[in-house]
Amino acid sequence: MMLDATQTEKPDAPFALRPYGAGDRQDLRRKGNVRVTSDAEQPDWAAQVYLVRDRQDKAAFAALFRHFAPRVKAFLMKSGASEALAEECAQDVMATLWQKAHLFDAERASVATWVFTIARNRRIDALRKSRRPEPEDLPWGPEPERDQAEALEVQQETDRLGEALAQLPVKQRALIERAYYGDLSHSEIAAETGLPLGTIKSRIRLALERLRHQMDVKAPQR
Amino acid sequence: MKIKHHLSDELLMAYAAAELPEAFSLVIASHLSMCDECRARSMAFDALGGAVMEDHAVEMSEGSLAACLDRIDTLPQANARALRRSQGIVPAPLLDYLGGSLDHVKWRPLGLGVRQAILRTSDKGASARLLYIPGGAAVPDHGHRGLELTLVLQGAFRDETDRFGPGDVEVADSSIEHTPIAEEGAACICLAATQGALRFNALLPRLAQPFFRI
Repeated sequence: MMLDATQTEKPDAPFALRPYGAGDRQDLRRKGNVRVTSDAEQPDWAAQVYLVRDRQDKAAFAALFRHFAPRVKAFLMKSGASEALAEECAQDVMATLWQKAHLFDAERASVATWVFTIARNRRIDALRKSRRPEPEDLPWGPEPERDQAEALEVQQETDRLGEALAQLPVKQRALIERAYYGDLSHSEIAAETGLPLGTIKSRIRLALERLRHQMDVKAPQR
Repeated sequence: MKIKHHLSDELLMAYAAAELPEAFSLVIASHLSMCDECRARSMAFDALGGAVMEDHAVEMSEGSLAACLDRIDTLPQANARALRRSQGIVPAPLLDYLGGSLDHVKWRPLGLGVRQAILRTSDKGASARLLYIPGGAAVPDHGHRGLELTLVLQGAFRDETDRFGPGDVEVADSSIEHTPIAEEGAACICLAATQGALRFNALLPRLAQPFFRI
């Protein structure tokens, strides 16, 4: 199997890269109606999750909790949960992070992305009556931490995505946020976001291709 | 498998937000199990969800960390469960709805050899069903009023718009008059989700409109 980027990136031509500088994300954040903790220097969250996974490291877990639990709580409240319910669910989400740390893979997703998917599933249980079927499990590669560089790039793309989101015009950003909060009756879903999703997609696409390739090489164990 | 017809960004974003009726999510999850390209796009929309979540915080109440630390001490280690993998032509997420395999499906005749099986889903937003169309047969007109997603699992069908083979998903709304006909040869088996209730009326027709893809 070839890992030819020009082949795998073919179908996403119209994605224009926007310029995004370091920007004034903190200022933009403060305009929200919810208090935001400032975190100038983002720690390496993936390393913290691996400490939880390998050593049941409670200090690492505490650091993850301080950062992510308030964000999960805000996400759930904006999705319509009461503060008490959001608080309870945020604790559940963090407990799930502890329990499922072995499923985290920094090559496929940042910790923020991973926590979002856990929070989203918790929200379905708590607030929605519907189920959300999940795709087939992805195969595991040969060893847990294959390539630090790949993981770093996923993290960098995710950071850039966050910066680009912060720099969108307020109205446009609100539309995207409301879609994710489940406020679709008011927010016409607008997937044409003007965000650098094409680059992060290509990165993940290559990671998937590598996984499939490794599975093929490893012999038919299905 | 060369997949030609993919999911729109709008559907993938709504799926990432977990705001679709179960039947639609089932078709999407099934397609994502067959199509790494859309899977990667879907994961990019998860990343956007993560970025949205990162932007706001509400302070946790006092003692919440201590309470959580106490709790994780009592939690059993999550068992390493077997990977959910697709079986033959049946994508992993669909297996849960079939009672084990395609052999367990209770088909009902629709006439002219065409059969269908309604799948049990938990909400009324949309209904999901399997369709079995013998080679060369046409699907009887089923007159859907809203959005309909049809994923080909086996064989192929053609309609006025194009040809749809394994892994392809057709997104149609009530404005599209189509008469799918299975290609000669092996029977065509599809998983379809059709809008049922009025709740999603405002959203779903919009999702049928094809925009660009990431």
